[in-house]
Amino acid sequence: MNAPLRRAGVVVLVLFGLIFANLNWIQAYKADDYRTASRNPRVTVAEYERPRGGIEVDGTALAENKATDDTLKYLRVYPKKEIYAPVLGYKPVSIGATGIESSENDFLSGESDKLFADRLSDMFTGEETGGGNVVLSLKPKAQEVAWKQMTDNERGAKKGAAVAIDPRTGAVQALVSMPSYDPNPLVTHDKDAAAKAYKQLNGDKDQPLLNRALAQTLPPGSTFKVIVSAAALQNGYGVETEISAGSQYEESGAVIRNAEDEVCPGGQISLKEALTESCNTGYAKLGVKLGADKVKAAAKAFGFEDDTLKVGDLESGDGLKVAASRTGDIANPDGSTDKGALAQSSIGQRDVRMTPMEGALIAATVANGGEQMRPYLVQKLLSPDRRTIYTASQKKLRDPINGTVASQLKEMMVSVVENGTGKKARISGLTVGGKTGTAQNAEGANPHGWFIGFAFNDKGEAVSAVCVMLENVSGGHASAEAARIAGLIMKAAAGGGGN
Amino acid sequence: MTAPAVPAPSPSSTGELSRIPGLKTRRNAELGLLGFAMLLVATFGWTVEANQFDHVTSTFWVPAVLLSILFLGLHVVVRLTAPYADPVLIPAVALINGIGVAFLRRLDIARAIANKDPIPGIFAGTGGRQLAWTLASLILAAVLLLVVRDHKAVSRYAYTLGLVGIVLVMIPAVLPGSLSEVNGAKLWIKFGSFSIQPGEFAKLALVSFFAYYLVRKREVLSLASHRFLGLDFPRGRDLGPVVTVWLLSLLVLVFEKDLGTALMYFGLFVVTLYVATERSSWLIIGLLLFFGGVYVAYLLGKAVGGPFANFYDRASIWLDPFAPQYIDKEGYQLVQGLFGLGTGGLFGSGPGAGLPGSIPEVRTDFIFAGLGEEIGLFGLSALLVTYLLIVERGLRAALAVRDSFGKLVAGGLAFTLGLQVFVILGGITGLIPLTGQTTPFLSAGGSSLMANWLLVAMLLRISNAARGPAAGGGPERPGPKKAPTQLHGAMTEVIKP
Repeated sequence: MNAPLRRAGVVVLVLFGLIFANLNWIQAYKADDYRTASRNPRVTVAEYERPRGGIEVDGTALAENKATDDTLKYLRVYPKKEIYAPVLGYKPVSIGATGIESSENDFLSGESDKLFADRLSDMFTGEETGGGNVVLSLKPKAQEVAWKQMTDNERGAKKGAAVAIDPRTGAVQALVSMPSYDPNPLVTHDKDAAAKAYKQLNGDKDQPLLNRALAQTLPPGSTFKVIVSAAALQNGYGVETEISAGSQYEESGAVIRNAEDEVCPGGQISLKEALTESCNTGYAKLGVKLGADKVKAAAKAFGFEDDTLKVGDLESGDGLKVAASRTGDIANPDGSTDKGALAQSSIGQRDVRMTPMEGALIAATVANGGEQMRPYLVQKLLSPDRRTIYTASQKKLRDPINGTVASQLKEMMVSVVENGTGKKARISGLTVGGKTGTAQNAEGANPHGWFIGFAFNDKGEAVSAVCVMLENVSGGHASAEAARIAGLIMKAAAGGGGN
Repeated sequence: MTAPAVPAPSPSSTGELSRIPGLKTRRNAELGLLGFAMLLVATFGWTVEANQFDHVTSTFWVPAVLLSILFLGLHVVVRLTAPYADPVLIPAVALINGIGVAFLRRLDIARAIANKDPIPGIFAGTGGRQLAWTLASLILAAVLLLVVRDHKAVSRYAYTLGLVGIVLVMIPAVLPGSLSEVNGAKLWIKFGSFSIQPGEFAKLALVSFFAYYLVRKREVLSLASHRFLGLDFPRGRDLGPVVTVWLLSLLVLVFEKDLGTALMYFGLFVVTLYVATERSSWLIIGLLLFFGGVYVAYLLGKAVGGPFANFYDRASIWLDPFAPQYIDKEGYQLVQGLFGLGTGGLFGSGPGAGLPGSIPEVRTDFIFAGLGEEIGLFGLSALLVTYLLIVERGLRAALAVRDSFGKLVAGGLAFTLGLQVFVILGGITGLIPLTGQTTPFLSAGGSSLMANWLLVAMLLRISNAARGPAAGGGPERPGPKKAPTQLHGAMTEVIKP
């Protein structure tokens, strides 16, 4: 009986050998995967072992830490609650982070290569100095005015967004999405409470978690006429070139009318006057005359169809994702141009969709002489001991139009605010230009009110470009309220004395 | 076991050891090794406190010293009743048992800190309870050593033990789920807050019965056979008990929802059968039956569900615990265990410095994964080698002991212990489907600890007979049922070519 006993011993040896081999596989080969897996709770505990860096604007803390006495040593706190939430996002314990908290996570958590020297000195001093601090480009005054005016708008609109950019640099001055949310309940260390808070926000029919300034596209209405104007000016038209208008225009079954009877009822109107009055028939005819390709090309030159843009850190290119604005196909099933659709698209209806960020970029491009600067939110990165590690240096995104076309568009848009539909955006002391838009959407629903515009100070510097969008505005002249808010935001943004 | 040093060239040799003058008991070696093991346990406790409190209390050594006293007690009993017993067994088991107590205490401390409760006393919490269970287990082991002076005496109660074993296995299957089910496996008998796992004790009874039965039947089983495909297959009528045990283990698999226990019983029987008959055909038949049964259960679970569904689910989780439908639910504990092991890496975080509390069932099924985070691959390998040492020492006792019953009991027990370690460690490391087995001597729980200490006591008793002078219980004194006389029914068959 000894031979089989010996063999049984060999079997046990082999079985234990298999366990040993498997332990090597897990603890040596796969160890790093498991150690850093996002679902490994040790990753979370380690993350909270040192204080996460702060997020701030002009010395005001937007995200900071409170020491706790549980296993996760620091609690994230957002003192400004919903005002900055669409920009900051949140950094919860178990669900994924969003916003700047997500895109700058490496730096905030202290794991970035930029903080390697700090980590190295930590090793010798034995202290945990924490993550780096992020300074945003936002102007607190502009942001707070934008939030207040949006939420207290005179038409009771519940949803909307506002973006303000410095046209010269691309620095985002204000970014508001309404309704917003308080990120604090999402970052509580009580995972069940956090999950419940998230579920509630995620299930809200008004979608407070949606960043309407960047991630939602809506028909831009007449603000799209700036694009068609740019297409015309690039193709031999001048500011005073007469275009065909009229009280009604029918093209391939699509009927275009003006907002009111007194708008461009005559046969001819100058391009500038057409924009000033927001003449639908004139622009529909102009679009059809130019052709779909030229309209689409102009839109694309301004940034339509770009689904790669992120607003955040110019150096890493990471940031908050901006949805692509679209012109739509404007084509028949056989591929030829659908002229009816082209007529409607030329006044920003049909399948044209735009983000408020794209609206602000269009206005900023005009204000900046035709150069579109890459928008950004991260102004500075500071080490844990507040040394400046990085300062944003502006980057050009694209050249949609040349300087001549830009100054012609500027002249036309200033006329809109001084003499036309955008009067509500006027601000004393600043030269304001812009374009209103009232976008029809669903049957029977109130239209969306848009305003894109810019402001120059008395030294001729473009201090701010803005886009305000209010969804389903009641009471007519939907864009007038957007124009009023846009003016106040630009005034607040200009007040800080551009950087 | 490949150690050829065992002086037992032929099983029938008589009184070989008695001829060696000045036979060594090696009890002092045992004492020294025990001291070393307890030193390791004390060091573990010291490191836990250093990592958990940032300072070490003046009482960190108390659990280790208490354990030392307990093991010392068993050592004295062994000196008196089994002086020639294997000197490595007790220290090796004591090391694992001590690490288990210290690690459970470490989990208690971490939980108390997290809940802002006062630090539990030495006798409080799971660690304290495990200490008490160790005391109870050692008393049982000592009683067994005192009462059973000759392991062959056990064979007198073989049929009783066999019946007890089968009843113990069946009880949880028969009981309603509310009285027997814990975490989906019906392996328990629950009395209020107290519960025992009868299957742990059943293995001891079943091994004794199998050993007795096979000693009687080995000639028939090994000689009477048909030759088919180059292998000797047993006669149909001799297959009866094998098929019975096979059905019994499938019953366990299906009704107690536990593959591991089924594998253990069946492996236990097949191995004792193989050792008794020296016929590899039994191994092949056994493996085919078991894996065939498992595969059919898997297919049935997939197709019809019902009582087979649990096994199908476990197999699916095993195949991909990271699958999105499992990672936060049924596969969660396996994945968290792997995270713990992976985080530990080669050297581990050090006792007390990890986060084993995040692994579900870390006190019982997943204790090895929890330990793995803190002692790393190197520490786990050392533990694995210690287990291997216990198993191979048991097998060595089986090799050296002179009677067939002792060989089968020691071989069966040692192999079962090895198989149990393989089943649970293979389960938590994802090598085989996870089944709810305890990790012998390590997991929290009295049933497992007591049963496994009884197993060790039995191995001590047999190794004493193997290493000691033959006079005490040599084969010259015929066993209660000497094998050849039992071959009455088989003689006519043996003539078959």
